[in-house]
Amino acid sequence: MTQAHQAGPVLELGDVTKSFGAVVALRSGSLTVDAGSIHALIGENGAGKSTLIKIVAGVHRRDGGVFRFQGQDVDFTSTAESKTAGIAVIYQEPTLFPDLSVVENIFMGRQPLGRGRRIDYGAMIDEAEALFARLGVHIDPRRPARGLSIADQQIIEIAKAISLDAALLIMDEPTAALSGVEVERLFAVARSLRDEGRGLVFISHRFEEVFDLCDTVTVMRDGTYVSTKKIAETTVDALVAEMVGREVADLFPKTEAEIGEVVLDVQGLSSAGQFHDVTFQVRAGEIVGLAGLVGAGRSEIARAVFGVDKYDAGRVELLGKPVPARRPRAAIKAGMAFVPEDRRKQGLVVEESVARNVAGVIRRGLTTAGLLTSRAENRAAGPWAGRLEVKTNALDMHATTMSGGNQQKVVIAKWLATEPKLLIIDEPTRGIDVGTKSEVHRLLSDLAGQGLAILMISSELPEVLGMADRVLVVCEGRITADIDRADATPENVMRAATNAAGTASTATDADVEVPA
Amino acid sequence: MTTDIQPSAVSPAQRVVKNLLRSRELAVAVVLVLLIAVTTIKSDSFLFGSTGWRDLLLTPSMLILLAVGQTCVIITRNVDLSVGSTMGLTAYLTGRLFIDTNLPIIAVVLAGVLMGAGLGLINGVLVAFGRVPALVITLGTMYIYRGAFLTWAGSDRINASDMPRAFKDLGTDSILGIPILTIVALAVLCAVGYYLRTARGGRELYAIGSDPDAAELYGLKVNRRILFAFVLSGALAGLAGVVSAARFGTVSSSVGTGIELEAVGAAVIGGVAIFGGSGTVWGAALGAFLLVTINRSLPVLGISGFWQQAVVGALIVGAIVLDRVLVNRQERALVAARDTRSGSTHQGPPSLAPVVPSSTPGSDSESEEVVR
Repeated sequence: MTQAHQAGPVLELGDVTKSFGAVVALRSGSLTVDAGSIHALIGENGAGKSTLIKIVAGVHRRDGGVFRFQGQDVDFTSTAESKTAGIAVIYQEPTLFPDLSVVENIFMGRQPLGRGRRIDYGAMIDEAEALFARLGVHIDPRRPARGLSIADQQIIEIAKAISLDAALLIMDEPTAALSGVEVERLFAVARSLRDEGRGLVFISHRFEEVFDLCDTVTVMRDGTYVSTKKIAETTVDALVAEMVGREVADLFPKTEAEIGEVVLDVQGLSSAGQFHDVTFQVRAGEIVGLAGLVGAGRSEIARAVFGVDKYDAGRVELLGKPVPARRPRAAIKAGMAFVPEDRRKQGLVVEESVARNVAGVIRRGLTTAGLLTSRAENRAAGPWAGRLEVKTNALDMHATTMSGGNQQKVVIAKWLATEPKLLIIDEPTRGIDVGTKSEVHRLLSDLAGQGLAILMISSELPEVLGMADRVLVVCEGRITADIDRADATPENVMRAATNAAGTASTATDADVEVPA
Repeated sequence: MTTDIQPSAVSPAQRVVKNLLRSRELAVAVVLVLLIAVTTIKSDSFLFGSTGWRDLLLTPSMLILLAVGQTCVIITRNVDLSVGSTMGLTAYLTGRLFIDTNLPIIAVVLAGVLMGAGLGLINGVLVAFGRVPALVITLGTMYIYRGAFLTWAGSDRINASDMPRAFKDLGTDSILGIPILTIVALAVLCAVGYYLRTARGGRELYAIGSDPDAAELYGLKVNRRILFAFVLSGALAGLAGVVSAARFGTVSSSVGTGIELEAVGAAVIGGVAIFGGSGTVWGAALGAFLLVTINRSLPVLGISGFWQQAVVGALIVGAIVLDRVLVNRQERALVAARDTRSGSTHQGPPSLAPVVPSSTPGSDSESEEVVR
């Protein structure tokens, strides 16, 4: 146990700077976290929060500035050093070993040892079960990490961080994939850690969570420290204004679009164990929201429509022409575009430049005598990246060094370059901050206005209600409701999302963000 | 936990079959026993002849040593192609030390192991710190070590008369009917198997191979572990060289040529995933035993040279295809289990429900393997 209720700040960062090549990620990062407090760190995409956290975690080394931990000047050169010093970090994207069991993932590198420095598997499993009980979840500690849902993976990350018994716990958007109940439990654990005198840093884009959990909030913008306030002395509007440096007029700038003919027609689509008898249509100019709990089968339906996954029965038609199953290339040719949920793995070639990524799907049209030049790629990519305000100083910047919001814009730009008729977009604003969220929403709205049919999967209820012309609710692989924009309310969508026979008790587990 | 993998979804018989399939070690062992049985039926002397039993156990000992070292390297998502050359060099070193010095046998054995470890260290440093793929590095050192061997040995050849009687006896003597060299190989196998299963360092090798980036974020000492794996592989190749000198009594410049690929093949047949993260040395050792025994038994069965090679190749391809199928099936089962439960974390009332100890036999058969 670390000493309880020690006075003074656990972590002090002052004017920390960090550049990656020519890109300045952090101009002047400052953050002071007191022991026994939960400190919110908020800011737009690319504001430098993740970079700041990675410096604390020892992933990156700062170029300049003050970095004190528990009153001592430190300079971590590896994650091992920061861990030993007493810093636990939950990263935005889960980082697990798929081949190893859940329990080994939690304790790797510091397994409890028995006689003769043998790993004590019994003690390890007991400890993991105690951790899961504290978090109130049921995950078999012996099962492999392979095949776990993102929510479960995040739970394991959290269990790992808690078990470290650290003086400082940093959580980079830990709730992005969690359901309401799981979030509550996480918060209860966070509060108990705070009461033990530890310092916590909480990064989130959900304001209700920030106000619910944290006692202090620091705002960052464009790699620079903006302000630190007591949570009781500020408001959502004030924070948003500080984050974006301007007032966000409307988070959901939905404009009425003219609804045209049927673009996508899905009839009786079924896949064993995934979804059953799914029938729906999407019209030109229409945004159809696909709502439901995580794991209800929404992404699976989208992947089948696009031809990534196979299906057992049913058919998909685009503009009256059948789209063959299991052939994404044919779907692209027919006019479909698909922005996947996990943009880092499925949406981008993160090692490649922005231009290459944007030009990726249309490269066949860019070739001269079969050769693809960087110039042709840049020429094709430029207008799209510019239109979406991707914050990169050059098209040849690698996607891997960009923030989540900018990566999402690159993915969207990539698909718009194919001039699609139907855009399928899975969790368009997952892990994206307020300012960029409304930009993404405005973009979707504009695209619908231009006659594009959009199928939008979202776990955020305000987003579904704010953006969709029509809400389809999926529950356990079936479409359980088709609600018009005018009639859609949080209540009726939630009810449909949880109404499968016999499982009504899970209603509170809704993985949707209910407006505060 | 019974709720995580529905035991009722598959009948007990199906589960038994599934587990059998999943346990690669058992499958390889069964094939091995069948092969020995069939060959013995065809020709009694294969098992019951004057040297049949001894040769059966003795011949695989070198490949087992190499396969054990290779497994440790492959688990970390690397590969060591230089072990054959290392083995040749240390075999020659063994002979030279007996000719040029009066060192006791134990010192000569140690010298061979140390030399192998040194050569492995070179590989490890280049791979871990040079950040160059192991395939390229060890392909390079394979030729370099072989070249050094050829230059050093020239047309020279170590003969049985150059080595002391006591050393050569190691290659033929048995304890309780088990050849000494086989006992050495089995002792190494058990030690490494125990280490990989129960030591932090061993588990970290698996973690590194499973996801190298995550291993860095966990704060594991990735470079040190990879270095260790290469040093171990080199040291075991060195030991294999000494064993080869004792076993055959002669050392020519062709010792160990091509055996590195047999070691990789043995590991793959034994269920070691070529992209790291899973597999055991037990499987690799059984794979080595099977490979060697196939090479010895197919001629007895009257199968021509071409088909011998083809059978080995088919085994390797079959093993990889089988791995792929099993991983896919497991992944689908886990995903399906998740969907039918609508997520393991979406169940029960929000109270802190008691955590059921998950020791129900059979119910967690899906995952036990991974903990093991």
